[in-house]
Amino acid sequence: MASFKKLSGLKKKVTGMTDTSLLLTITVLVFFAMYLGAVLFLGEGFLKPQTFFNMLNQNAALLIVSCGMTLVMITGGIDISVGGVVALVSMCCAINLDCHGGNIFQAILISLVIGLLFGIVQGYLVAYLEIQPFIVTLAGMFFARGMTTIVCEKEFGKVIQFNVENEAFVKIKDTRINMPEFLGTVSKRGVFIPAYIELGVIVAILIVLILFCVLRWTKTGRKFYAVGGNNQSALMLGVNVKRTKFTAHVICGLLAGVGGFVYFLHIGSGSPTHAAGMEMNAIASSIIGGTMLSGGIGSIIGALFGVLSLSTIKDIVSSMGFDENWWTGITVAAMLCLFLIIQSIVMARKSSAGSKIE
Amino acid sequence: MKENVVLEMKNIHKSFPGVRALQNVDFTLCEGEIHALMGENGAGKSTLIKILTGVYEKDEGQIFLKGKDKAVVIRSPQDAQKLGISTVYQEITLCPNLSVAENMYIGRTSGMGMNWKKVNKDAEEILKSLDIPAKATQQLGSCSIAVQQMVAIARAVDMDCKVLILDEPTSSLDDQEVKKLFKLMLDLRSRGVGIIFVTHFLDQVYEVCDKITVLRDGQLVGEYEIKDLPRVKLVSKMLGKEFDDTTEIKDSSLIYDKEDAKDCVFEVEGLSSNAGIKPFDFSVKKGEVSGFAGLLGSGRSECVRAIFGADKVVGGTVKKNGKVIKITKPINAMKNGIGYLPEDRKRDGIVGDLSVRENIILALQVLKGFFKPLSKAEADKFADEYIKLLDIKTASADTPIKSLSGGNQQKVILARWLLTHPEYLILDEPTRGIDIGTKVDIQKLVLKLASEGMSVTFISSETDEMLRTCSRLVVMRDRKMVGEISGDDLNQSKIMSTIAGGENK
Repeated sequence: MASFKKLSGLKKKVTGMTDTSLLLTITVLVFFAMYLGAVLFLGEGFLKPQTFFNMLNQNAALLIVSCGMTLVMITGGIDISVGGVVALVSMCCAINLDCHGGNIFQAILISLVIGLLFGIVQGYLVAYLEIQPFIVTLAGMFFARGMTTIVCEKEFGKVIQFNVENEAFVKIKDTRINMPEFLGTVSKRGVFIPAYIELGVIVAILIVLILFCVLRWTKTGRKFYAVGGNNQSALMLGVNVKRTKFTAHVICGLLAGVGGFVYFLHIGSGSPTHAAGMEMNAIASSIIGGTMLSGGIGSIIGALFGVLSLSTIKDIVSSMGFDENWWTGITVAAMLCLFLIIQSIVMARKSSAGSKIE
Repeated sequence: MKENVVLEMKNIHKSFPGVRALQNVDFTLCEGEIHALMGENGAGKSTLIKILTGVYEKDEGQIFLKGKDKAVVIRSPQDAQKLGISTVYQEITLCPNLSVAENMYIGRTSGMGMNWKKVNKDAEEILKSLDIPAKATQQLGSCSIAVQQMVAIARAVDMDCKVLILDEPTSSLDDQEVKKLFKLMLDLRSRGVGIIFVTHFLDQVYEVCDKITVLRDGQLVGEYEIKDLPRVKLVSKMLGKEFDDTTEIKDSSLIYDKEDAKDCVFEVEGLSSNAGIKPFDFSVKKGEVSGFAGLLGSGRSECVRAIFGADKVVGGTVKKNGKVIKITKPINAMKNGIGYLPEDRKRDGIVGDLSVRENIILALQVLKGFFKPLSKAEADKFADEYIKLLDIKTASADTPIKSLSGGNQQKVILARWLLTHPEYLILDEPTRGIDIGTKVDIQKLVLKLASEGMSVTFISSETDEMLRTCSRLVVMRDRKMVGEISGDDLNQSKIMSTIAGGENK
């Protein structure tokens, strides 16, 4: 009896939640369950704090790009050019630093300008000329990938991957920010190894925080949700739908630029094949993070947990000894399906429960 | 402008290519008044509303608002809102994924930040003062449709609206919800808001409204105090038919009695569907033309759609020759010898890119099953036969149906059903939008088919046409069957008084 009461109380709580927070809760719970499972069954490696920090280090760029993607998806759109933009940005930065004696500030400027340009052009086409975002950004993706190759060929006469050896850059790239002592581990030889994160992670966390605040506490932020929920209604409610969509794409483009720089900072090289499929990982992270492809529902914290879940799954797969690429692909696919099913079940349950209460 | 007038529209003209949607229409709305805007399909109600809300621009005419010296210009819904004209549409125009409070405030306050505390508190106060059963922090999508509509009204009220337009707000609400909405409307009236109420439901007009403005064919018929315009007169004004004042208004329910079911082909008992019609009984007799009469939205089409299985049936039975048959899908109905010519020819009827021949044999082919295709020769024979029989004007049987005129398209669909030799044929508005010659052809054909033993149900907005073809009429009002008229009673006045219903209800 008591448990029944508890259950109905829980049900009431669930029905009272907004869709966004409900899906976010699911994502967070699943992530912790997964990580706990990994710690219990695969042990050792996952117990080390550094394993967790490495997930952040390796995925800082993906996290930044996913934030932009989530934003666009909340307005009901999509941006599949981000992977290409990341590749183009890291190629341009690499060439600038390595062949033209540029400095780190120039590289940052280049990243921001490229990202912003993509955002503005695509945003204009999507919002004001009302072309399907998928088509526009598909063109953007081909364009960015093509440009990356052209820039590379122009510089070297062939398509290659090359490492940047600019000293100032390498110094920054290798900068590690040590975490408090208790998170470190002691190696078998008794040497203390501190846990660390890279600079990119700081940038990513900052962006997550800023965007979280924008979406939660500014009117512009709420307008993204309104437009995604029902753009006709939003228009009638006095929201400038076109400008809102435009803004979302510009921010997404800008974040692709920033993500490109952070990616470059982590990997320290340029190549036309860099960040292959990153846009798809960003979409997957957003969806796992509780963002609906149909728009109006989603959150930045969700994107964070989406990225973490995605990389946890990859870590789990590789630590179980399945190193091949396709194994990761298949598990990610399975996980996406699982999440989508959970989401649709919960949403359906919720709407039926909601109508009963009324 | 008089003292208490909040809105005055003068000499409004509006044309669309080929149609004069509004001609010289005046409309006046006073403070603290609920004003019904009535008219049948194509009367120009929605055009007038859309001009007022800035969706369309008027061709000629002026709009005056209280407190403005000059005529106002309304170019967009935003303009209208700024001038204090708010609209609540039949479909909710709010965002279901946002909270109730957000929906009330988004897009109309300046500044960057979102002060949740203040927004929620303000919203809670308004909801409370209007007695709306919703929490400010609740997600809008989890409220019922009625509450969502009320939230839209609350938003309008908070924007200090002087003119509130309710465009068919009650069509998706149940009785309880309608009551709540009316309470809110009366509350707003006492606060001095002028409300324009557009609805198809006569009962609702007489329940809450103070005045009625009737439009017909884009022209103003007149503005009336509610007490000066009995229902029957309202109906006759809307339909444009003179009503014989000497006819007594009997209680319509007395006329409806069941005749014995001996020669009934189909009997319908307590049928209701998810399209919202109340359970109804109906019988189809061999060789008889019956009809469903009623105003637009009264449930005429929904009844026959339920019989044909086109809407989801939620209760009741259909009997064929005394035996219960199960109809859940149109194909069941077709197999039991029922044909249905739908109201919306373009959407439900024709397959535009297929040829006339293919459109004609479609229903028969479905009945036979797709794995037993009709031979080319057979198809040709059938097509030619019916093109001749119905005098369908087409270049050849291979012409795509979409290039035919409306009347000829209708004949093709008629041919499609005749080819299946149904025992019972339902024709829903078969003569809408087609020329007068074809109309007469179709009426003649209906009578001929009936004399050959087919049962036909004929639905039309034009009572004249119904009187000419039907020998028995079922009258619908507010999705309920309210009477059955046959024999000597079958005349214009009787139909209108039944449609209008009891005066003192």
